[in-house]
Amino acid sequence: MSQVLIREVFPVAAGAYETAGEASAAIKRKLKQLGVDSGVLRRVSVASYEVELNLVIHSMGGTLTLTVDPQQVTLCSKDVGPGIPDIDKAMTEGYSTANEEARSLGFGAGMGLPNMKRNASTFEIQSQAGVGTSITMGFRLDGK
Amino acid sequence: MTLRQIAELLQAEVLTGEDKLDTEAVTACGSDLMSDVLAFVKDRTILITGLVNAHVVRTAEMLDIICVVFARGKRPGEEILEAAREIDLPVMATKMTTYTACGELYLHGLPGTKEKPQS
Repeated sequence: MSQVLIREVFPVAAGAYETAGEASAAIKRKLKQLGVDSGVLRRVSVASYEVELNLVIHSMGGTLTLTVDPQQVTLCSKDVGPGIPDIDKAMTEGYSTANEEARSLGFGAGMGLPNMKRNASTFEIQSQAGVGTSITMGFRLDGK
Repeated sequence: MTLRQIAELLQAEVLTGEDKLDTEAVTACGSDLMSDVLAFVKDRTILITGLVNAHVVRTAEMLDIICVVFARGKRPGEEILEAAREIDLPVMATKMTTYTACGELYLHGLPGTKEKPQS
């Protein structure tokens, strides 16, 4: 096991549009303080913001967990439902089930999940309809 | 192109970040869809948008966008400007439409963000 430098859990409430992004902003500040490379930092920030928005827009509430070890930053999102019935469809750019409120704020264009995958070094998603979704993303600190 | 030159070309009012007008922009992006901005934007970019809400500033923060220009004569409220000041983000407002503002900057040599990289 690698040495864990930071492990922090951020709760994210369903439908909390006003505060959406606060966890990601806090994560960005922490990683900046640690001296994480600016390119890696931006990729983590984009993926973090996307996954946090997904928790706000689509889930019934969940958590975003940040773990940092000397090799990588890991972001893990877990929610308590409703789950994604068809992950392949959800991973398609442009496919979205976001509501009007999310769209009026400039989100819900169906770019979130593919954009997370593109920015992360490793991306795993598991979901069960009626149970919940978990997403784990790794970002290597050497940028690979 | 510096933010000062951008402000002049767009006849824009600088609302925050007066002290950062010598910062160089390398590319620009014009969009009201923050989802797309999150998928396309790269380094040292300015964002021209007609969408006015706090998430524009939050999106800019996540991407290290160096300046937000609100187009079509839209003026952000004090809450949004305060959020921008907190993260040292220069904000401008222009009466031009997004299309015209982008065209003006492109014409004077500021390119767009490149095509989205492949997965």
